[in-house]
Amino acid sequence: MSETKFQSLKDLPTSHLLGAGTAMCAGCGGLEALHGIYDILGEKTVFINAAGCMSLLSVYPFTPFRGSWLYTAMASAPAGAQGVRDALDILLEKERIGPEDDLQTVVLTGDGSAYGMGLSATSAAIERGLDFIYICYDNEGYGNTGHQYSGATPHGARTATSKGPRGFGGHKKDLFAIWAAHRPSYVATVVGSEPLDLARKIEKAGELKGPRLIIVLAPCPTGWDYDPMETVEIGKLAVKTGVWPLKEYVDGKVAHTRVPRKRLPVEDYLKKQGRFAHLFDPHFQEEVVKEIQGRVDAYWEEFDG
Amino acid sequence: MSRMLLTGNGAAAWGMRLAEVDYLPAFPITPQTEIIETVAKWIDKDEIDCRMVTLESEHSMITAAGAAAATGVRVFTATSSQGLLYGMEMLYTVAGWRAPFVLVNVSRGLSSPITLEPDHNDILAARDSGFLQIHCATCQEVLDSILLAYRLAEDERVRLPVIVNLDGFYLSFTREPVDIPELAAVSRFLPPFDPENIRFKASEPVSQAVAVLGGGPYSYFRYQSHLAALNAASIFDDIGSEFGRIFGRTYEAVEAYRAADAELVFVMMGSFATKAKDAVDRLREAGQAVGLVRPRLLRPFPAAAFRQVLAGKKGAAVIDQNLSAGAGGILHGELTAALYGRPNAPNILAGFIGGLGGRDIGPEEFFEMAAVTRKAVDEGRTPPPRLLYTEGELREVRTLQKIAGIT
Repeated sequence: MSETKFQSLKDLPTSHLLGAGTAMCAGCGGLEALHGIYDILGEKTVFINAAGCMSLLSVYPFTPFRGSWLYTAMASAPAGAQGVRDALDILLEKERIGPEDDLQTVVLTGDGSAYGMGLSATSAAIERGLDFIYICYDNEGYGNTGHQYSGATPHGARTATSKGPRGFGGHKKDLFAIWAAHRPSYVATVVGSEPLDLARKIEKAGELKGPRLIIVLAPCPTGWDYDPMETVEIGKLAVKTGVWPLKEYVDGKVAHTRVPRKRLPVEDYLKKQGRFAHLFDPHFQEEVVKEIQGRVDAYWEEFDG
Repeated sequence: MSRMLLTGNGAAAWGMRLAEVDYLPAFPITPQTEIIETVAKWIDKDEIDCRMVTLESEHSMITAAGAAAATGVRVFTATSSQGLLYGMEMLYTVAGWRAPFVLVNVSRGLSSPITLEPDHNDILAARDSGFLQIHCATCQEVLDSILLAYRLAEDERVRLPVIVNLDGFYLSFTREPVDIPELAAVSRFLPPFDPENIRFKASEPVSQAVAVLGGGPYSYFRYQSHLAALNAASIFDDIGSEFGRIFGRTYEAVEAYRAADAELVFVMMGSFATKAKDAVDRLREAGQAVGLVRPRLLRPFPAAAFRQVLAGKKGAAVIDQNLSAGAGGILHGELTAALYGRPNAPNILAGFIGGLGGRDIGPEEFFEMAAVTRKAVDEGRTPPPRLLYTEGELREVRTLQKIAGIT
């Protein structure tokens, strides 16, 4: 694989390819990342979308994409990518289109689909070795329906369906590990607030073949309950506290692309967000915060050790 | 042209082969599996140039089928029963994409209780999906209907997917002599798929299947699909005649058997209608002026053709191989809606439910249905829907219950 084009922030595109004026919320961390992703993947793409917030990107007769788009359903976007990829291969083989008309097949789903309903279709697409890129914008809840908890919701978070004093009782599913266990070509985590790391990973994914899967942490002002201006800061804190490890899986190995040597306490991340406010007010729920910190520490100890 | 002994499933595979399909997304289910096994064997032997992929569910299979058709290749797929229902969300979805392809459904009764043998509740659950539907009664008709289905689906005035339906076991596993048309003749009838504006390619980006906001644009696109489906009625008549000129077998939307001079007719769809045909012959021998009317096309609903063949009849016995719980037979309701208030429509449409889960309908039952319908005509009163069941069958179930210790 060639050396990255993106040595420093100066190498990032200065203008975005994805159009403005979409129906996404102000401060959407998913859209922030999608801008960076689209700049690199470009318009020779067909985005295969599953039901979620970003289904509202293309509303008749408008679209922010310069390339192509197909909305499918919540559970089966990877199967849609299978059909499109196979059909493009057939058209190329039978010379009904030329190689210049080929497209990169990109699945775009939220965490509700990626962690739950669409997991079976994703697993099967990886197992079949489908040549596609999968982007999951993970805002840690069913965002488009008012932010109920999903398989991606972190411990302790208040959602529309976990409003009790201790928030969500479950733990966020490790989708990275589940995907990596299938031994695909590439898996990575990214966040829009780390654009250089994101650009390098999308660049790498674009150069590889086979199943390439990216989980984007998508800070969500409406679901996480914070001021939209804080999106970048919250994304950075997710990395600095070690809550969101930036890593990639390639050739059977997991490597971290950013190791926060001096991790900030998780409280710095939690306190910024209304969804965790009940852990600090009316009284400090030390036990819950300790448990969250403990899990983050345990994760990094395992990788440091 | 050659002649072979083929099962219904084998005939379906041959229809797909002659249509020179590019792509087959698959998932196994009884009684459909023989179709995909046959195609897989041909692919392995390099006899056909088709790509086949087994998906992990029918929901994904129908998604992949629609997506590939929307990218611009000719697609075939097949399923049955529970599989059709597992993919139901995508039936509606891909029909709305206006992605033309052909899906063969091998009918089988729905759970619960889980069973293997046929009735039409599976296919009729897809009635409102936007797919067109062709129903077959013989193995020859299965092969021919697949060719007709591609012509219909790909017609620029239609552009909708089509389901070709055959009954599990009774047709899927029954061998009949089938004429296999020459590929060259088929190519004249069914030229290669021209996707026109239905495709993905880098030089002409397009957004397909985007969301709409509000009832205005939503209704617009739903109405478009409906009008396209209506177009398919006269186009089916045209291509059915053209098929006859080329291959010697003409297909009409509604088959009428000894119906022209009949006072009463049976109305049935699928392979069980061949039982009704036999009963018509026996009734005729017994001096009764009875005929059979069988819709091949169920979507679009061939209302005009029904009105024509049923004009002047005294009564019809509509035999539904399905049951809409709490209502009765689905075809009975649809036919009533098509005939109500129309001049020369029969006064009596008597509804019967039979053949559920592959239950046989015997000749004596056809005689009884004719008698019940004639009595209703004489009395001028439509009887309530009747569920066919014999004392013998009830005794059998009682015996099973006794073995199970249920008293």
